[in-house]
Amino acid sequence: MVNAPAGATGNLSPSQLDGQQDRALGSLITVYIMGKAYEVPAEATIMGAIEYAGHQIIRGAGCREGYCGACATIYRLPGDYKIRTGLACMTMVEEGMTLAQIPSVPAEKAIYDIEKLKPNVTAIQQMYPTVFRCVACNTCTKSCPQGLQVMDYVQAAKRGDIAEVMDLSFDCVVCGLCMLRCPAEITQPLMGIMAKRLYGRYLRKESHELVERVKAVNDGAYEAEYAEMMSMNREDLSKRYYARDSE
Amino acid sequence: MYPDYMEESLRKVVETRPKRLELARKSGPVYPPMDAEARQKVLEGFHPDYEPSARRPVCVGPNKGETLTTEVADLLESHSWLRSEQVDLSKPDIETDVLIIGGGGAGCNAALVAMREHGVRSVIATKLRMGDANTMMSQGGMQAAVSRTDSPTRHYLDAIGGGHFENKPELVKALTEDGPGVVKWLEDLGVVWDKEEDGSMKVMHGGGTSRKRMVSCRDYTGAMIMRTLMDEVRNHPDMIEVKEFMPAVELIMDDKGNCAGAVLYNMDSEEFITVKAKSTIIATGGYGRLHIRGYDTTNHYGATGDGLVMAYRAGAKLMYMDSVQYHPTGVSFPEQIAGFLVTEAIRGAGGQPLNKDGELFVFPREPRDIEASAIIRECVENGGGVPTPSGRVGVWLDSPLIDMLHGEGYTERHFPAMYRQFIRYGIDITKLPMLIYPSLHYQNGGIEINERCETDLPGLFVAGEASGGLHGRNRLMGNSVLDYNVFGRRAGKYASEYAKTVKLGKLSVAHLDAYEKQLADANVQTDLVTPILLPSYAPKDVKKRQLVRGGNALPGSSVLQNRLHDDAFSPAGAK
Repeated sequence: MVNAPAGATGNLSPSQLDGQQDRALGSLITVYIMGKAYEVPAEATIMGAIEYAGHQIIRGAGCREGYCGACATIYRLPGDYKIRTGLACMTMVEEGMTLAQIPSVPAEKAIYDIEKLKPNVTAIQQMYPTVFRCVACNTCTKSCPQGLQVMDYVQAAKRGDIAEVMDLSFDCVVCGLCMLRCPAEITQPLMGIMAKRLYGRYLRKESHELVERVKAVNDGAYEAEYAEMMSMNREDLSKRYYARDSE
Repeated sequence: MYPDYMEESLRKVVETRPKRLELARKSGPVYPPMDAEARQKVLEGFHPDYEPSARRPVCVGPNKGETLTTEVADLLESHSWLRSEQVDLSKPDIETDVLIIGGGGAGCNAALVAMREHGVRSVIATKLRMGDANTMMSQGGMQAAVSRTDSPTRHYLDAIGGGHFENKPELVKALTEDGPGVVKWLEDLGVVWDKEEDGSMKVMHGGGTSRKRMVSCRDYTGAMIMRTLMDEVRNHPDMIEVKEFMPAVELIMDDKGNCAGAVLYNMDSEEFITVKAKSTIIATGGYGRLHIRGYDTTNHYGATGDGLVMAYRAGAKLMYMDSVQYHPTGVSFPEQIAGFLVTEAIRGAGGQPLNKDGELFVFPREPRDIEASAIIRECVENGGGVPTPSGRVGVWLDSPLIDMLHGEGYTERHFPAMYRQFIRYGIDITKLPMLIYPSLHYQNGGIEINERCETDLPGLFVAGEASGGLHGRNRLMGNSVLDYNVFGRRAGKYASEYAKTVKLGKLSVAHLDAYEKQLADANVQTDLVTPILLPSYAPKDVKKRQLVRGGNALPGSSVLQNRLHDDAFSPAGAK
């Protein structure tokens, strides 16, 4: 357990940064950003460290909360041969880390008309045939910063199990690290997006009440009540609001 | 892991839990909701908007004299990157029917509707990648009156009450009546909604909802919607041209006062590119990265209010730009994720805010401004907060209750993103509460629109967070996800119809000179050049050394060298 990580600047706002001294009070470590050494706060995320070093990130930062996949990063640690992968906004720096961001991962998205596809293996074969090149090496799964079972959803795609692909790839942030590491050059995240769309479009049970509600709106079923409330003065509307029941 | 000194407070949370669980299982509220008077009192006493320096009058432009959020007034009282004589409009680099500025949820919806329903081509110009937007980050869900116990008019009443009866009624009507149709539209595009066994939509509560109305895609709702919309946009390269890393920096007008396109800026080559468009849609989102009042933000890297300042210079009026939304539950600890959003759905599912003694102090589902103010009051006035090692403060959000209420595994299944966020730092939110504090979240106001997304300027349409009027001075949870879908679609429709009839005159950016003159007449002294495009997080001493170059001078210098609020350094070259 830590007691006081003073000086951590991982995601502080400018005013908070300005409130501190020019340099962090806490301990600094050395990391190598694209080969060049910088002293950065030991408690920083990789993104925080890059910005602390004075870089203005253009490609390589997005939502900064782990949803958008803009900040794919590869790195190595001293004395370790392994290439590691992570999202810069979510991964902490370590002493001696040498890192580079991946500003963009080249990949060709299949162009398709979802109305002309069916949720089966044929769609996968036609749109993302590289899926069948999978050699089951599991490198994709090992490289996923979200901890998803990427290889398992590639295997599910080969079987045409669209529901399984949807479920296993649901949390994919499309950072591209799996497709960069894949020896079979598969574009897993893009296939996953298509599978999710096929599932949503074709394999969901229809909501009857939704269909009825859309029809009711189109038929003008609520117009009279809208007109009534829109003509009410603030006081009457307020009364109605505070008197409403709650589910 | 939480620091050792928090253990006693954590123990109290565990002690009070059985009783609170019992309360949560009963049908009534776990804590008395506030009435109108109590709401007003907590707002005036503790909402950051009510602090004396939070607002000031703006001295130029269409809202001249009106009191606005201080940082917004600063943003508007700034110089353009461009001077009219430097922009050659005789031969535009690109011509299109509809120019869409911003590639988030609103922009993609607009492009798809323009293409599918009107056969109109568009160009999407966006600052970062397509989908780099707050849309991608919304977690908990979207409001839409789809269940049998609910109705669009009830949604209307909830939204307008949550906005303190200041919302533009015709906008709220549009929002709520289009809601169910948007759910269907997105499902047909392939969005995987959470559903019940029988196919009906799974619905949850949010703050200020009187019916369960929040539809969701686990806690990746926005990511699911955004990726679906983007994928569909990319299926039509012949009809929708996407220009990434090409933000707009100013609007172009014609000599008849119509909006006629924009000047884009290439972030890589630093060129300015002119686009002539019959109609223009601003879908640039909000301003969280202005870090208003020094708050952390839940917002995307690019949320710097670009659309506001472009439209304002061209003469569009803003509405409710004196009102900022602080999300009640931003992360307070761990430090590395401070300010990050903790979805309101955690409270919708039964999570309770607690003070350091493990006691409830507010109804967990008040509208956001009320809930946030109550949390601030608990920390500031009642001393009920838990301090963090770096000097922040927070209250507990008791998440372990969720599995107790809904069954083991519920949290991991329905809030995978939240679970992942905290477990990285050794905090298992199914066993330990989260430490939270309000975080800068949403631009309540914006460029004033009507239900057709029209502004004061013919040919200029606005959709999504950049627009103002819909939410009054306080937006409810899940209404922004609905907002960008409803009004993105409407903007696509009305901008397309307009594009088919308009005849543009001679192009001009003379409004920039007029605005510059207003600044001079009002004796505004500033070195700020906007749009800001990206915030800088370099340490202060690094910033100073960066700004030596060219003195942060006007055009000719890199846009990326612009530094927001750097009061420590006043460059000689700037006006």
